[in-house]
Amino acid sequence: MSLAHRIIPCLDTDGSRVVKGVHFEGLRDAGDPVELAARYNAEGADELVVLDIAAARDNRPTFLETIRRTAEQLAIPLTAGGGIRSLEQARAVVRAGADKITINTAAVQRPELLSELSAEFGAQAVVLAIDAKRDVNHWQVRIRGGREATPLDAAAWARRGVEMGAGEILLTSVDRDGTQSGFDIDLTAAISRAVSVPVIASGGAQVPAHFQEVFTRGCADAALAASIFHDQIQSIRALKEFLRNAGVEVRIPC
Amino acid sequence: MKVTLIDYGAGNVPSVERALRRLGAQVETTNGAEQIAAARCLVLPGVGHCAALICALDAHALRQPIREAIRRGTPFLGICLGLQALYESSEEAPDLSGLSILPGRVTRLPQNVKLPHMGWNTLTTTRPSRLLASIPADSYFYFAHSFAAPATGQQRAATCSHGREFIAVLEEENLCAVQFHPEKSGSAGVQVLQNFMRAAA
Repeated sequence: MSLAHRIIPCLDTDGSRVVKGVHFEGLRDAGDPVELAARYNAEGADELVVLDIAAARDNRPTFLETIRRTAEQLAIPLTAGGGIRSLEQARAVVRAGADKITINTAAVQRPELLSELSAEFGAQAVVLAIDAKRDVNHWQVRIRGGREATPLDAAAWARRGVEMGAGEILLTSVDRDGTQSGFDIDLTAAISRAVSVPVIASGGAQVPAHFQEVFTRGCADAALAASIFHDQIQSIRALKEFLRNAGVEVRIPC
Repeated sequence: MKVTLIDYGAGNVPSVERALRRLGAQVETTNGAEQIAAARCLVLPGVGHCAALICALDAHALRQPIREAIRRGTPFLGICLGLQALYESSEEAPDLSGLSILPGRVTRLPQNVKLPHMGWNTLTTTRPSRLLASIPADSYFYFAHSFAAPATGQQRAATCSHGREFIAVLEEENLCAVQFHPEKSGSAGVQVLQNFMRAAA
């Protein structure tokens, strides 16, 4: 036996409600985060990610309250993020009950934030989220919810992020996100090879075979999905049973 | 029952507190030497950098009260860094000395595996364990660490392996500690906390 591959449902919220959309656009309501968290905890999710993806960040207290109420439901780790730009904001998120903090745009703009978070909370609590889009022969880092291009190469940025203090990479394929056409295997494998920390693959999941592929050929340590779990297209338990039968090590709680 | 939770500012104090309360414990969180000296039952949580834990224990003069409480037989549970702090030293903070309740040094896991060791792993039980009582042998527990204690020592009750074997559960009379996070390990973790409270009662 060794380390199990993790299945991580993601709750994209507008601060208080779970929302969903394709390519971060056309958001619609997908439920109550606290109810969904309780359901995923019971179904055998290995971890939960809660993000504040609202464009206007004027509802911070609402999001902190969402983290608090979500954490109450969980006996598994909780990662929270979305719009965290400072150590002070990260402290508030941790105090509200998050075990890990994820940062994206703020890290690109000021990589030292990774070091500050790592010094305060430990590298195991710092998740660098990278939104990557294919660009001819490499993957380009995008920020602001995938809308804005940067000159950074995703693999080089992942390595730099780990040097700065990130303990995990949450890698989203902008090309695949919301398409349900499968994870970007080449991207995931490239980033997984580039860094010494665990990589969470995200974007494009629909059927169990997609997860099997990203854990084997994609070398992912964990895989994240949202709408297939929220809409009950895929149960976490059935997904894990499929993976176990396919020879992928997963945790199936009794 | 009353549990005294040593709060030195670690990130996982609220979740450990919540898990203990759910099991019916009356939880006192403190960084006060007097409260620790008077405790019926002590829990030392921890996550992050071990220097933060050691420095906080020194800042609040908690070394002696913790050592004496353990020596007197007060039931004690160390979690993650709370296990590593029991040793003489750690490679993570080579200039600081640990609580030195157990001999040996905490070292970094090998570089040929992904670090941190983050996620769910199984245990190899090496002798009967009160903490692991009535937990199925193939259960998974949640780990999040890059440094670990040696896999040796008479206190060893279970080990885990990631790059090398290391202590996952240690038990010796009133002294218990786990490298994983029982407060984040689903129902198996809840059972570990319940077993500790039952043994301490």
